[in-house]
Amino acid sequence: MRPLLIRGARLVDGDGERAGDLLIVERRIAALGTVDAGGAEVIEAAGKVLAPGIIDTAFRVDKAATIAGGITGVLLMPDQSPVLDEPALVERAERLGKPQLWVHPLAAATRGLRGSELAELALLREAGAVAVATGRAAIEDANVMLRLLRYAAGLGLVVVSHGENVALTAGAAATEGEAAMRLGLPAAPAVAEAIQIARDLRLAALAGARLHVACVTTAEGVALLRAARAAGQDVSAATTPDYLLLNEGAVTGYRSFARLSPPLRSERDRLALREGVADGTVAMLVSRHDPRSAEEKRLPFADAAPGAAGAATLLPLALALVRDGVLDLPGLMRALSATAAARFGVPGGRLGVGEPADLLLFDPDAPWRIEADALPGKAGNTPFDGLPVQGRVLLTIKGGEVQR
Amino acid sequence: MASIDDPFPYRHLLAIEGMKPWEIGFLLDEAAQWVDVGRRARKHDDRLAGLTQINAFFENSTRTLLSFEIAGKRLGADVVNLSAGASSLKKGETLLDTALTLNAMRPDVIVIRHEASGAVGLIAEKVDCPVLNAGDGRHEHPTQALLDALTIRRRKGRLEGLVVAICGDILHSRVARSNFHLLAAMGAEVRAVAPPTLMPAGVAALGAVPFTDMEAGIAGADVVMMLRLQLERMDGAYVPSTREYFRTFGLTVERLRAAKPDCLVMHPGPMNRGVEIDSAVADDIQRSAISEQVEMGVAVRMACLDVLTRGRREEGR
Repeated sequence: MRPLLIRGARLVDGDGERAGDLLIVERRIAALGTVDAGGAEVIEAAGKVLAPGIIDTAFRVDKAATIAGGITGVLLMPDQSPVLDEPALVERAERLGKPQLWVHPLAAATRGLRGSELAELALLREAGAVAVATGRAAIEDANVMLRLLRYAAGLGLVVVSHGENVALTAGAAATEGEAAMRLGLPAAPAVAEAIQIARDLRLAALAGARLHVACVTTAEGVALLRAARAAGQDVSAATTPDYLLLNEGAVTGYRSFARLSPPLRSERDRLALREGVADGTVAMLVSRHDPRSAEEKRLPFADAAPGAAGAATLLPLALALVRDGVLDLPGLMRALSATAAARFGVPGGRLGVGEPADLLLFDPDAPWRIEADALPGKAGNTPFDGLPVQGRVLLTIKGGEVQR
Repeated sequence: MASIDDPFPYRHLLAIEGMKPWEIGFLLDEAAQWVDVGRRARKHDDRLAGLTQINAFFENSTRTLLSFEIAGKRLGADVVNLSAGASSLKKGETLLDTALTLNAMRPDVIVIRHEASGAVGLIAEKVDCPVLNAGDGRHEHPTQALLDALTIRRRKGRLEGLVVAICGDILHSRVARSNFHLLAAMGAEVRAVAPPTLMPAGVAALGAVPFTDMEAGIAGADVVMMLRLQLERMDGAYVPSTREYFRTFGLTVERLRAAKPDCLVMHPGPMNRGVEIDSAVADDIQRSAISEQVEMGVAVRMACLDVLTRGRREEGR
């Protein structure tokens, strides 16, 4: 394989930014700084940003959308069909994206994600699961959750939990408040999140377990996580650009593309979440890519499936946080890549000699408009249809090879 | 196409929210003219002759369906009723497929009731004729609010400045939502009276003042509008029992004394006597306007069918 030199880039990772070249030899970063091209193939970066490939969380493997989004690693949620609760299924999931994309499966916490019996976590870890997750719903039974946390702690596995109380959110399609009331939508109070996060934090502390809240969306949820981290608890959290850029008003007109799980929250929650991202309480930004077909979305709002496509738009939407001063560019790359790599022990996340050549070249200023129909991959259901954005992925490099 | 001075510039009637006071007033004036026609021996005005009206009810209803059927027939339309259980037609593409199927029959107006909020609007996007919302989930029931307003206006001579208390299961009520929008737009003082478990969060945004105490909520009211308590919700989840509900929120003769002496009592029906309303109140012909509401319902629906099909009738000439 011929060496590849990317010349004249802004090299940005979680540790900082500098100008220079990057040389790839045998699928790894071989040199950084001012590098002699030698016999290498050369790509002129012309001052664009070269960063570690994004490590994302998703519900589906959607290769075209992830490559277009600069994503080189995917933490795959266990809610697949069938559920990732058998070692053979985990092994198969891990092979799904290669070589363009590495899929890191999360093991189902309980058999069939039914919330009652623990799955074979040790065997699932051997099969390649990097963590264990409760999937789209929390585990309702506190005793099962406690046993899960204790058992996972014994294996050193992070437990990824869904932060919404099952009983409070049953049948709900929106967050309780003016928007849901006007539309006459069944709604659950936002405190459903805080109640679940508070319970899981207490149980994780008791179990000595490592907890990751899959998607935090409310002011109270952020406050609980902030307090737990300040007290020294080993806890992390992620969120998506949806909750940082939109509030509950986006469902007006029964726009089912804005039907998400958790549902969109109030403006106060949105602003508090941005503070949580700024101070590192919510240290990971992910897409939770969950494309739905038109058949699943073109329904009355409460009947429509929750979820949205997000992989291809993750970076340009997240870049809005840099322009708004919530994060600087190295901080953003940390949130998109390095934190997830460190938390889940997967390769990537840094621009360093010897690191895998999983890279992303992008123009942070290029303007374009999100058009749902034009998005690559499985489905175009995004709540951001029609939104003008800035920031475009130019190249995604996985294992030293440019992906198309 | 609607002209700039068209008093009702909408293609469909999907919601009261967003309508201007003069647009509401126009529909009420139109409806008022139909009341007298309904009281004649010969009730026909055949202005919709040759037009096809489909009443597509995906949720059970007796009185609303009957009211729309009579309204259409009095106007001379060919009225067809489709009563399909929502369970069989709700999921998947079937709802939109149904809309396309209905549309292919080339109706001139479609009246729709559906159990899901927003479903009627979704169907309206797919058809070529005017759509009239006969109730969608917990969202809106615009003709009910219009008939309530017409009833109040005839009895009280006005809407502006009246104190109207809407009492009961506000959370699940499309009737309440449409009435809040309409009455607030027309300058009435609107109150929402419900147990905390049946009061939606953020109701004040619709212009309604929330009360969780029945006496306080109806104190000094010109109109007390009771809502039906859906008995399937009486399993202890929202209120402990019908007995307790009647004790705390039921409208009795004694409790009604808190309201104005000439207070009008209304109910969209069907009533649960002894649950939300006492028979002595419901049957008090001095104060109860419940039967009149039903009569106004036909007039309002005739007006809405007439107004919405005017454009098509012009085209037909």
